[in-house]
Amino acid sequence: MTTLSITTASQRFGVSERGYYGTFGGAFIPEMLYPNVEHLRSVYLDIISEASFQEEFVALLRDYVGRPTPLYFAKRLSDFYKTRIYLKREDLNHTGAHKINNTLGQILLAKRLGKKRIIAETGAGQHGVATATVCALMGLECVVYMGAVDIERQKPNVERMKLLGAQVVAAKSGSQTLKDATNEAMRDWITNPENTHYIIGSVVGPHPYPDMVSRFQSVISEEIMRQLEEKEGRPNPDYVLACVGGGSNAVGAFYHFLDDERVRLIALEAAGKGVNTGFSAATTALGKSGVLHGSKTLLMQTPDGQVVEPFSISAGLDYPGIGPIHAHLFASGRAEFHAVTDDEAMQAGKFLARTEGIIPALETAHALAYLEKLAAKPDEIVVVNLSGRGDKDLQTYINGAQERPH
Amino acid sequence: MTANTTQNRINTLFSERTTPVLSVYFTAGFPNLHDTSTILSALQANDVDMIEIGMPFSDPVADGEIIQESSSQALKNGMTTELLFAQLRDVRTRAENPITMPLVLMGYVNPVIQYGVERFCADCAEVGIDGVILPDLPPEVFEEEWKPLFERYKLHHILLITPQTPEERIRRIDEISSGFLYAVSSSGTTGGALAMDDARTAYFQRLKRLKESSKIQNPVIIGFGIRDKASFDAASEYAAGAIIGSAFIKELGEASNEALPETIRRFVAKVR
Repeated sequence: MTTLSITTASQRFGVSERGYYGTFGGAFIPEMLYPNVEHLRSVYLDIISEASFQEEFVALLRDYVGRPTPLYFAKRLSDFYKTRIYLKREDLNHTGAHKINNTLGQILLAKRLGKKRIIAETGAGQHGVATATVCALMGLECVVYMGAVDIERQKPNVERMKLLGAQVVAAKSGSQTLKDATNEAMRDWITNPENTHYIIGSVVGPHPYPDMVSRFQSVISEEIMRQLEEKEGRPNPDYVLACVGGGSNAVGAFYHFLDDERVRLIALEAAGKGVNTGFSAATTALGKSGVLHGSKTLLMQTPDGQVVEPFSISAGLDYPGIGPIHAHLFASGRAEFHAVTDDEAMQAGKFLARTEGIIPALETAHALAYLEKLAAKPDEIVVVNLSGRGDKDLQTYINGAQERPH
Repeated sequence: MTANTTQNRINTLFSERTTPVLSVYFTAGFPNLHDTSTILSALQANDVDMIEIGMPFSDPVADGEIIQESSSQALKNGMTTELLFAQLRDVRTRAENPITMPLVLMGYVNPVIQYGVERFCADCAEVGIDGVILPDLPPEVFEEEWKPLFERYKLHHILLITPQTPEERIRRIDEISSGFLYAVSSSGTTGGALAMDDARTAYFQRLKRLKESSKIQNPVIIGFGIRDKASFDAASEYAAGAIIGSAFIKELGEASNEALPETIRRFVAKVR
């Protein structure tokens, strides 16, 4: 692999020139952020199209991240669900999740923009660790904003970031979780507009972030196509399943199949304790079009337009919105969205551990849980994006819901 | 593109005033849910020239700690867009001490979208709002989707410029804005300090020249970091006036309920 098709955009579901996916997206930012965001918008496509950029990105994805990640035929899982299930092993990436595909792409971009300082937001700490990692790799200063509540909940990742040389700053406003960490990172960028690049961790934020992050993550579906061709003699599966918080791993897994209607794209949101319990993060079920963190998207909010704090057992899905591309995939019907509860995810995670010897991240476990309901035919091909490994969730697995026989 | 022809109290203020305009910002619903009317009356009694009423939002990215905290307190107190309009319904028409100065609403775009843009504009007109500041509403979205409504309801739309805004964009923002231009004093969120260093002075002088040479039409008001007489005077040297927000809210937060009017009197006296 010497070049990537990150310059290829979906005909029907790619971003418009003005940064919209259907009615969603845009750049709803205060003027203080305009120069940085506008500069990024005007150069990002040119930069990522440069041969030297692609060479460096591809080489690091291979030698540093460990790509391509395997597309693993899960035989025992397939036997159980009576269909053909492949797991795209993003959990085997360096740092243990898909997040580094994006942070690596963005750090190479930041270097070319001449930025000396990197900021990021993080919820569970996975994106923070992936950002701290590439900052150490490139020798750039790194500041990660993390909700004060999350710092308490995710101590090991805080320590990892510090070990990697990053400064972790507690976001003490609001609910002190991911959305507040994002607010703090934006405030930092407003205050340091000249030397700083903001590495957003998902397909959220003002244009061009959702598109830029989608392209960096699109390596996932690019590899799936090639690997399926080798293994099955056809590049397109019948189903792609992925969990959605902001939605970066899902976009990555869907990207090159967006225009191929034969492929059913299924996004799994966190229902938390149940969609209608008041403790949920099921954005498409509970949200309404609104504006948060610079883009118009589906958003969990009060009738007065105040953003509602979401709930999920998995910190990575604990976000009140979804990326604007997902809002569009939902509204247009191109992707199906379903909600999976904490309990269902927990069981699915444990089941994968025993069936295949893989402990998935609790985020990923939401996608796996849907296999139970999918009812795919024996000769159909299902790809589940195994977005991250479950080491960070051990305590939750241990303390969590009572095990039930499968 | 046609200029906004709206004429209201804001235009009158800037055409008649020869001394610097003092505009004060407060968060509606803070410190207590029903302080709005008390605060408006006290500001008018102490000869403030214009008032910006902050509509609290759960995620105010352009604001520093003080306005963030006042916003979350206001939301906890129960403030909503609907309630704010109800509180403002009689401030212009009441028999005793009606508010006559320009009133501006400032907030974030999402609560306005959820309220309904047309309903919002109509209610602004009904209660006597003169202008609206929504920092996260992109200028082009305003022009294409919101402008006709603002004109119909005689509302000014006030946009922000910053030290990083190039001249060409300042002129374009000036064309889209009406009433006045809100010049953010420095890179940063609300509530910082105003450092009158070389870069700051150069930026203010640039704005002053643009205004004096009629390259921009709207009066310019400076905000962010204005906290006392020294910073108000410094900013006013270069502009038609200045806006005080965080420093005022901090004092309101520290005042006891009964002392609110007296706190406001003392605060304004220190600045003027």
